Amino acid sequence: MIAPPKPDLVTVNIDGREIAVPKGTNVIEAARLVNVDVPHYCYHPKLTIVGNCRMCLIEMGMPAVDPATKAPIIDPVTGKPKINWIPRPQIGCGTNVSPGLHVKTTSPMVKDAREGVMEFLLINHPLDCPICDQAGECKLQEQSTGYGRGYSRFVEQKNVKPKRTQLGPRVTLDDERCILCSRCIRFSKEIAKDDVLGFVDRGSYSTLTCFPGKQLANNYSLNTVDICPVGALTSTDFRFKMRVWFLKQTNSIDTETSVGANTVVWSREGQIYRLTPRRNDDVNDTWMPDSGRELFKAVMAADRLVATTHLDALVAQAAELFKMNASAGAIAVVGSGRSSVEEQFLTKKLAAALKASTQLVSRVGQGDQLLISADRNPNVRGALVTGLISKLPKVGDATPLSRSTKGAVAAPIRTGGLTDLAASIDAGKVKVVVSIGEDLIAAGLTAAQLANVSVVYLGTHANATSAAAKIVFPTLSVFEKNGTFVNQQFRLQKFAKAVPGPQGATDDLIVLAKLTAAASSAPMASDLGSLWTLISAEVPAFAMTSYAQVPETGLLIDATPFAALPFVEGETLHFKPAAAAVALDS
Amino acid sequence: MAAPAQRRIIFQHIDEPGYSNDLACYVRNGGYEVLKKSVTRPPAELIDEVKKSGLRGRGGAGFPCGVKWGLVDRKSGKPIYLIVNADESEPGTFKDRYIMHQDPHQLIEGTMISCFANNVKQAYIYIRGEMPHGARILERAIAEARAAGFVGKNICGTTYSCDIFVHRGAGAYICGEETGLIESLEGKRANPRIKPPYFPAVLGLYQCPTIVNNVETLCHVKYIVEHGGDAFTKVGTPNNTGTRIFCVSGHVQRPGYYEFEAGKITMGQLLYEVCGGPLPGRTFKAVIPGGSSAKILRFGERFKGKRKVGAEMVDYDWGVEDVPMDFDSLGMIGTMGGSGGVIVMDDTVNMVEALANINAFYSHESCGQCTPCREGSLWMKKITTRMVHGQARNEDAALLKSVADQIPGRTICAFGEACSWPTQSFIAKFGDEFKQYPETKKAAKPVGAHELV
Repeated sequence: MIAPPKPDLVTVNIDGREIAVPKGTNVIEAARLVNVDVPHYCYHPKLTIVGNCRMCLIEMGMPAVDPATKAPIIDPVTGKPKINWIPRPQIGCGTNVSPGLHVKTTSPMVKDAREGVMEFLLINHPLDCPICDQAGECKLQEQSTGYGRGYSRFVEQKNVKPKRTQLGPRVTLDDERCILCSRCIRFSKEIAKDDVLGFVDRGSYSTLTCFPGKQLANNYSLNTVDICPVGALTSTDFRFKMRVWFLKQTNSIDTETSVGANTVVWSREGQIYRLTPRRNDDVNDTWMPDSGRELFKAVMAADRLVATTHLDALVAQAAELFKMNASAGAIAVVGSGRSSVEEQFLTKKLAAALKASTQLVSRVGQGDQLLISADRNPNVRGALVTGLISKLPKVGDATPLSRSTKGAVAAPIRTGGLTDLAASIDAGKVKVVVSIGEDLIAAGLTAAQLANVSVVYLGTHANATSAAAKIVFPTLSVFEKNGTFVNQQFRLQKFAKAVPGPQGATDDLIVLAKLTAAASSAPMASDLGSLWTLISAEVPAFAMTSYAQVPETGLLIDATPFAALPFVEGETLHFKPAAAAVALDS
Repeated sequence: MAAPAQRRIIFQHIDEPGYSNDLACYVRNGGYEVLKKSVTRPPAELIDEVKKSGLRGRGGAGFPCGVKWGLVDRKSGKPIYLIVNADESEPGTFKDRYIMHQDPHQLIEGTMISCFANNVKQAYIYIRGEMPHGARILERAIAEARAAGFVGKNICGTTYSCDIFVHRGAGAYICGEETGLIESLEGKRANPRIKPPYFPAVLGLYQCPTIVNNVETLCHVKYIVEHGGDAFTKVGTPNNTGTRIFCVSGHVQRPGYYEFEAGKITMGQLLYEVCGGPLPGRTFKAVIPGGSSAKILRFGERFKGKRKVGAEMVDYDWGVEDVPMDFDSLGMIGTMGGSGGVIVMDDTVNMVEALANINAFYSHESCGQCTPCREGSLWMKKITTRMVHGQARNEDAALLKSVADQIPGRTICAFGEACSWPTQSFIAKFGDEFKQYPETKKAAKPVGAHELV
């Protein structure tokens, strides 16, 4: 017996173990809490329940009650309450816990039901695992090994269905592998709100397809590939590229917007093959946008900046430049909302040492109320919290439109926020601009303005600013370094280094630390451990934190000092703007 | 013992010379009098009559109609819908079609009474897609009834209003499953819903409480309200009240539809006396008593056990011929009264081939939503088709049984049972025939045997 549960908890018995779970939990999730695996295909925690795969059939029962006295009947043999077992197996996904519910997941009835369902699922499945992309992460493989009979009694012809339907620009469908679980249909309808998928034909000949004249082209289409329990829906990009078991998984963050969707980077031998979402129920559930999955391609781009000069020589050149412009206000630092918290902290330190003004480049686009927010910088709030900036960057108004690189939605993004800097340059006050990865031309400065100043550029890719810059420090992309971002919820989230950077590129932290040291003539730490000692000492919101303590699902920090700021974001999946906010994308 | 006479309650006017399906003829024969009286009575009283009558649903499951009405969530504040299930598609069943074709106003009157009793403001008749003629007749009949004030606004001059729409089905057997029907009526694929939570009485059409009743059941409601629930219990036998319509097809002299008091006639009386026995020179071999999904009975097998007669338990020892045709007796011997479709097979029928035919139907009609039925029905069909048209193996019978055993009780709807019971029962009753089929195939077919397509 366990202690009486709290009112909102119900006690259930799973394979003889009692557990108190919140009301409304289904049996699959309840079993998960006691480490009992209930195999399933169609059930997905973030989608509606249809109960069609029948893999989660388990035995259930309720304590017998004396009809007269309403008292539980005690089995005289065991001395325990007698359980009235339901004679037929029930689906775990569609059954919510009720007080006293008893569940058996290992009984002969359950074993038989699972073997039956597994056999049925496999008879018309092509069993082409050797050439299937899903192999290695296939529920059908795992569960047929775990719960199947291990031999086939099927001697008939298998059903023939389309083998390579292009459902949309990024998703390829093999209908023969499909087990008709309808997860993709439900996702498109319920989450992506783009109801384009459905079954045609009946019975075992049912075939997944797009509605006539429609395509699975929305910016979330690749999530259907993630949730497909088998190899039916495959990513056209990743298809046939790499075996998943060779890939290393590294936790990362989607940097395309301030939502900060949690991701996993799949890489092998220094090369990234794909990005997939990582479950975070408070941020992105189990989803991520297609556009964010293509960001890794920039890592291998031909226009990556690499240095031919030694880093220390470059730092010496910069120190020289700083020394020549030592008067207050002669140097301006353009920080970035794409930099990590640590980089922004060091940027602030650098600006202070240089007695420089600081500004941030704003990027504002259209939000989609799901996982793309209007603020296309992943870490504007980090800049606020670290004190790099004290007010939000101005939204680019008179700035030219730039297009997001190769993303699925090429919606215009307004880049700007440098009008004050432009004025200072025109007034002849600013002589040196240090840009942390920001293309100043794209952010609204003219080539003529740029020609009037000496630019020190830290960045990953060649652009107009790097071309015009006096000194260029090639740095690392988000996939090549460690750090943290603060997303729109003021959630501090970690990302980790998945692959090494190219030869001749240096971690931004090292560059910034060396520049700061050169400017202030005092050493500056560049490793995360030491930096965080500084950060937690100096930044009130991070006072109780260290890098190591940030959990993989992030850490909410105090947002009250910034509550009144007019953030540009509208509502997204797990974010509601404060009432004062100006929602540009509503 | 001689067979009792037919007791035509529902089929009173079917095939009656001079009887037409228009309103004038119906009213001339006393039509809509029950509705006129009913709308002056308290609705709860009407529900009570139906509860007292013990009326069991005629769609196949035999679920008590009064209990079904009692389950309806009346406190939700949502509208209550009534759906007439006219998607009659069970092979061997052809009773509702005759009601709709020849006596549509009987159905409309029964429907309106049921609507009034349950405070329904909107009723739908979901008619099978392959019955366009019936749909046209019903639409005309509803228009007539609406013009006469029996349907629509202010029924019979009262403040009660209720309309009926005819909705033509999408041409699938599964549309007859009540939650599949509801999905189809909502304009979706007829994929049956999971229960719980989607019990029609609580979360039915448009997530509102919904009553789904068979055509014949609603016609019985009209009779019950007219004569009273107690009077209805005197028809038929206890717990199997009222009449049953038997649609006899197959190898008998006089196939057709016959209405008898439930449980008052035996299978033998029905087949030998009413239907004239087997065709000349043939003998009965098997009979499916309640639509093709019911388990088959083999002539010559005996059923023994105890049954309740009045208050006592008495032994019974029946052959197929001795079985009273009612829900309980047929249930006791392991089959079911179902929809009343009696399919008779004589000695020219090879059971493997008959099963191949049934399996082809069920594999074609599985909606494909849940795994055991979707894959199992087609697998069984592939096996029996191969046995008939290709290579039959000695182990196929055991395999068929094993596949069939993996389906029932594990599916979303009762289709799992419907598609597996034929195979289970054919193998159980005619297992030898399946084992011998590889040899049977080599021999010449008996004279008169049907060519399978």
